[in-house]
Amino acid sequence: MNLLELLGYFNYWVFAIVLTVGLYTVIAKVNLVKKLIGLSIFQSAVFLMYITMDKVEGGTAPIIQKGVENQVFSNPLPQVLILTAIVVGVSTLSLGLAIVVRIYEAYGTIEENEILDAD
Amino acid sequence: MDLTPHLPALQVIVPMLFSPLVLLLKPRGLAWAGATAVALLSFAIALNMAIAVADGAHFKYDMGGWEAPYGIELSVGAFSALLLLIVTGAAAAALLASRPSVDRQIELERQPLFYSAWLLALAGLVGIVVSADAFNIFVFMEISSLASYVLIAGGPDRRALPAVFKYLIMGTIGATFYLIGVGLVYMMTGTLNLADMAARIGGVTDINPLLVAAGFITIGLALKAAVFPLHVWVPNAYAHAPHMVTVFLAACATKVAIYVLIRFDFWVFQANLEQHALQFSLFLMPLALLGILVASAVAVFEGHIKRLLAMSSVAQIGYIVLGASFVTESGLTAASSHMFNHALAKGGLFLAIAGLGYHYRDLSLAQLAGAARNMPWTAAAMVICGFSLIGIPGTAGFISKWLLINAALDEGRLAWVLVAIILVSSLMALAYVWRIIETLYFKTPVDEEAVHGEAPLQLLLVTWLVAIANIFFGLFPQFPLALSSAAAQLLLRQTL
Amino acid sequence: MIIIFALFLLSLLVITALAIVRTKNLFVAVMLTSIFSLLMAANFFILDAADVALTEAAVGAGITTVIFLSALALTVEREKKVRSGRRLAMVVVAILATIMIYATFDKPRLGDPEAPVHQHLAPWYLENTPVLMDFPNVVTAVLGSFRGYDTLGEVFVVFAASIGVLFILGVKPPEGSSYDPEASGLRHHLIPQVVGRLLIPFIVLFGLYVQFHGEYGPGGGFQAGALIASGVILYALLEGEAAALRAVPQSVLMGLVIGGACLYGAVGIVCVLLGGNFLEYSVLASDPAKGQQLGILLIEAGVGMAVCGALLTIFHAFAARPMRS
Repeated sequence: MNLLELLGYFNYWVFAIVLTVGLYTVIAKVNLVKKLIGLSIFQSAVFLMYITMDKVEGGTAPIIQKGVENQVFSNPLPQVLILTAIVVGVSTLSLGLAIVVRIYEAYGTIEENEILDAD
Repeated sequence: MDLTPHLPALQVIVPMLFSPLVLLLKPRGLAWAGATAVALLSFAIALNMAIAVADGAHFKYDMGGWEAPYGIELSVGAFSALLLLIVTGAAAAALLASRPSVDRQIELERQPLFYSAWLLALAGLVGIVVSADAFNIFVFMEISSLASYVLIAGGPDRRALPAVFKYLIMGTIGATFYLIGVGLVYMMTGTLNLADMAARIGGVTDINPLLVAAGFITIGLALKAAVFPLHVWVPNAYAHAPHMVTVFLAACATKVAIYVLIRFDFWVFQANLEQHALQFSLFLMPLALLGILVASAVAVFEGHIKRLLAMSSVAQIGYIVLGASFVTESGLTAASSHMFNHALAKGGLFLAIAGLGYHYRDLSLAQLAGAARNMPWTAAAMVICGFSLIGIPGTAGFISKWLLINAALDEGRLAWVLVAIILVSSLMALAYVWRIIETLYFKTPVDEEAVHGEAPLQLLLVTWLVAIANIFFGLFPQFPLALSSAAAQLLLRQTL
Repeated sequence: MIIIFALFLLSLLVITALAIVRTKNLFVAVMLTSIFSLLMAANFFILDAADVALTEAAVGAGITTVIFLSALALTVEREKKVRSGRRLAMVVVAILATIMIYATFDKPRLGDPEAPVHQHLAPWYLENTPVLMDFPNVVTAVLGSFRGYDTLGEVFVVFAASIGVLFILGVKPPEGSSYDPEASGLRHHLIPQVVGRLLIPFIVLFGLYVQFHGEYGPGGGFQAGALIASGVILYALLEGEAAALRAVPQSVLMGLVIGGACLYGAVGIVCVLLGGNFLEYSVLASDPAKGQQLGILLIEAGVGMAVCGALLTIFHAFAARPMRS
């Protein structure tokens, strides 16, 4: 097994671990801010999965220099998709935080169980 | 110049580009007028395409002029045309009626933001429907979701906030699951265009990532579509949203997610993965049946009228999924025509509730006792739509229930179990609709003195328009039925 | 060597994620999240995704952290100890982990040039970008033109977030909330103020460079918008919220958002009027490649304006809100 292959598996496992850690945080934690932090970890894991598949052995970032022959480039498409997904992530997050702020103002707490008890 | 070939693009672009402009319409009522005009225009575009599609046309559009797998393709066939009618129709009707109710529930200075978000939600939903690109569907899913969170958060009391937070968390998990699934399919096929995926997926020899992808996509979209037991965000989100938002979202939002689920599955996976049809049925049919029974039973005992109808929606989603899980032409026809008919029935009911909500702050059944005395027209419209929801002959709801029972009869040994469950759940629907009718007509009001008039005329007229549509499409179901059966045939031929 | 470094970074990533879950102090959790994003950005860079690394660093590690912190300032800093929902979470996570391991089998090897991902679309983009667009950054070409419609959607996602935050935080804060806009900021801390002030022009300049150099090197509208926004946010942190709003008022920000979104849409519509499809920039000039360049330049400007305006709108909505007492 060469090193790059090891890195491939390692990347994938890290993706899987970070994904599960994120989802665990979202479901198990009752603090709303903590849930949102978990959500953003969960989404970041997916970014890692996409970017992992863009790598080509011996490749460079897909910026084509004129006059240089036989260059190997990594795949541009997953990068474009993840650029979009990052912006989507921060948008969702800021909406979520705005809702949390309003919840705190209305209920005086951001713990889910206390909110449920209050209604 | 001829705009016809550009219609699929215009369908999305018109509401999308007008949404920032609505922000500039500050004076009272103008934002509403602008948004309504745009929604009506969208409906006209959708109707235009639906008529052309019913005549056998099929719209394809290359965004940016780049041909299919390299650029993003839009594609409108029978199934998409039907969904476009539902979405734009729901938006147009709800917006047209919305002004009096929204004036009571949203402060004047926040209204331009509200209507702008509404147009974005509309643009997002139609964007999902017309898109033939897996990642593009994700982008538009997020536009529609974010805008829907905003709309629901405008709800009149603080309970809207935890409800929308839950929706945000579950919706984002659903969308992210979908994104993982798309990523895995992309990893194995190297493409994002749905038709291209379908063409290349058969050649993939290493099947495990694809199976996992199918699982992620199905579960992610089931979350968005509120398929039982992933529906827990629905009751509170619908109950605490502003009334007019409930009308719009209940009529079309979850259906668009089911549409993507069905379209993705039948187009990409069904013919190309061995035994996929069986796995699809085995996974979704039990969930659908459980959802139909449990959600209907919960609805029978629910005391808040909006939550009651929200649970009923979960059961109705069960019917749609059940039809799809047969993987037959008759089942798919029933499923797609039920999408249309349920949108009519539920839209009408929630419009009537918006009328009730105009005078009643508390919408629990106990408070609504005897409301028909004050608001006879609203109550009568509610009865008609309620009948359609149960599936009484002569209403739109009957048509799709009938189709569904016929489709179930083709299911061999399971047939009688399925028919029995559909009938039992219809009886339960009768029970919960009867509870509403009994409350409105035969109970004495809590406060005998309180006398107030009907719902505002604007709202009442639209409510009745939808109620009459429920009867009209019960008597003359040809047009939606033609689209539904064409959709079913396309789905089974994988040439959407 | 670089691979050992990557393994090290990835391990750190996992450790950081676990630490974020463990800590009860939300302030610490947010700071760790920022480190997490930075590690992620470094990883992206190792995997040849320069554009994504730049965005993750600016948006994930920078802007997100600031928004988190300003929301924390309005709520609470500590998480309470509650033990519930763990069982469900463990079950869900266990199922998820099993499925993920199942998918590992049959996965193409990392960096394999023969993997299906690198076969179909990617070579076409790499081959045709120099011919059709005549500029070197393929990521910008795909983002701005081949998949320009996605990018338009993305602009509207940020737009939705900004009007959403304005709408949700548009109600009056509860009675007795207190806020003194002039009191905030680091005005009384001389060194951060002097250093920070020196930094701001360079950040903005770098943002502009990234904006207009996107066709040649990593960068483009998103990164530029986020960078310029972070420059203004830094100013707000140093001089106080009120001073920042005086320098760039809310109406200007909203104008940027609306203008950016409309500019993007207008470019698309002009293409239709000139006889092309929506967003078909080739028709903008007599030479299709020049048309593509012009179109991408314009839409990138729209993206930059919209993203910068939206992020700042979101930041101000949080930062200028009075605190519940």
